[in-house]
Amino acid sequence: MLGYAIRRLLALVPVFFVVSGVVFLVVHLVPGDPVDNLIRAGSSPEQRAEIVARYGLDRSLIEQYVTWLGRLVSGDLGTAIVMRRPVATLIWDNLGYSLSLGGLALVFSAVAGIAAGAVAASYRDRWIDHGLMGFSLLGSTVPTFWLGLLMIMLFAVQLGWVPVSGARHWTSLILPVLTVGLGGTALVARVTRIAMIETAREDFVMLLHAKGVSRWNIQIRHVLRHALIPVVTILSLRIGLIIGGAVTVEYVFARPGLGSLLIRALSQRDYPLVQGCLLFLAMAVMLGTLLGDLLQAAMDPRQRDEAIR
Amino acid sequence: MSRTHPLKSLMLLTPTPTSAVAGFALVVLIVLAVFAPWISPYPYDVQNLSIANQAPSALHWFGTDDFGRDVLSRVIFGARTSLSVSLVSIALSLSGGVVIGALCGYLGGWVDRLGMSVVDITWFFPEILLALLIVAILGPGSQSTIIAIAIAYLAQFTRLTRTQIITLKRQTYVEASLSMGAGPLHIMMRRLLPNAIAPVLVVAMLSTGNAILLEATLGFFGMGAQPPVPSWGGMMSTGSAQLFNAPWVILWPGIFVALSVVFINLFGDGVLRALDVKARMRTQ
Repeated sequence: MLGYAIRRLLALVPVFFVVSGVVFLVVHLVPGDPVDNLIRAGSSPEQRAEIVARYGLDRSLIEQYVTWLGRLVSGDLGTAIVMRRPVATLIWDNLGYSLSLGGLALVFSAVAGIAAGAVAASYRDRWIDHGLMGFSLLGSTVPTFWLGLLMIMLFAVQLGWVPVSGARHWTSLILPVLTVGLGGTALVARVTRIAMIETAREDFVMLLHAKGVSRWNIQIRHVLRHALIPVVTILSLRIGLIIGGAVTVEYVFARPGLGSLLIRALSQRDYPLVQGCLLFLAMAVMLGTLLGDLLQAAMDPRQRDEAIR
Repeated sequence: MSRTHPLKSLMLLTPTPTSAVAGFALVVLIVLAVFAPWISPYPYDVQNLSIANQAPSALHWFGTDDFGRDVLSRVIFGARTSLSVSLVSIALSLSGGVVIGALCGYLGGWVDRLGMSVVDITWFFPEILLALLIVAILGPGSQSTIIAIAIAYLAQFTRLTRTQIITLKRQTYVEASLSMGAGPLHIMMRRLLPNAIAPVLVVAMLSTGNAILLEATLGFFGMGAQPPVPSWGGMMSTGSAQLFNAPWVILWPGIFVALSVVFINLFGDGVLRALDVKARMRTQ
């Protein structure tokens, strides 16, 4: 198992270099010159040249990339041009907001999704199954920002239960977590339901029935347990996506976070900050995927041998 | 094994009642979009500030927005933008993905490794951030939105086609065709692609729903079709400022987005199920 984990981690090294290269280059495709944001109107060409030199923008792209990578190794992501603070600090400050929102949303979709899926699978083709699946279909088809706006209207304005926006109090997390979590819940519920229905057809389940084990005992202790493998995969794939992908919800609820940081950096053409955010988010997805693979391998030894190839 | 053309079998599917209803609803939506100028009660861009932010009434079924424009008319015209942008972007993504995936799967070796590692880069970014990044590079507008959505979904079509081609390549009937002296073009166009394409098409149909959501989200960030052309996302973007005094402005476009995605999913599920039944009958 440890050998498998190390091999998977090493396999990420070339991917990291490709992704970091693309992240570095892509930023230079964004039209506009960040230097324009830095100099005061009426500055002389000499002053401009000095700023260009200070950020190393006058050197060749390859030179800039190598310098960037070199600094990266020591954890230095450079300094944001417009916000004038270290990129690493900016990411760190926003990471807490993203992790609390993403983490809670993930827990919510896991608990609610698995519960809904298990109930739906146990009452297959009954009204409760159709109801839960219909609801979960709806949950994954409404735009998140729209759902967020409607919840603000209902729970924050009409009922006044929670703050409308911001991130000052823990209650301001409730609506964003529900909004982000609901989409995931739908997915988890559907995967759980299908996996449980498929597992219930297997011979060992028949045998348990024949042995006279009670229905709910079988459903929860045996069928659900086996069905959780694909669910764990789905959930771990969402780890990385949820950290940066919550940008719409952050925007609607005026919350800080990594997605919002990236959007702001993009609109200000803040090269170092855009690069830092993109690389960080890509690494979060990579590690989330890796974690998913490892968990899957831990739960199902067959995967280890197959995946190595 | 009788060989029916996969496209034909897609058309001849006997749908479940739910997917038939969903399919019918989709046709209605498309008719609304295509014939918007004749169906909508008002033009989408006529402003009348004296009736701004009016609640739904007999004259304006969905109410009016902050410029006094008829929300129903704008939702109908918005269907044009949202549906056409999503359909075109998925069509682009699908064709790109099928070509790259088929080449990678058929040729293998370094072509496969290079092609897949380029395409896979998009895997590492949440699709909304990827799309926002691309629109930031290209500038806002419908065209950039189309390209952004097409790139965001490219990897899934490429991967799916590649897997299909690799599996089919090893089948006996392909080997038979090869041994009879068929060239690579014949193998690809007549033997591999027709058999590989059906599941890819179903995924494309289901992805159109996601594309509608992504298009609406980009529009909500003000990156989609630019005013005065209405799009569902754009309407919700400007409407969010009036959230508390004219909630109907964001309510209706959101409902239409959700409905289109639900109908596409239900219809796609029906097709998927029917295909699955067909596949099972064939193997028995």
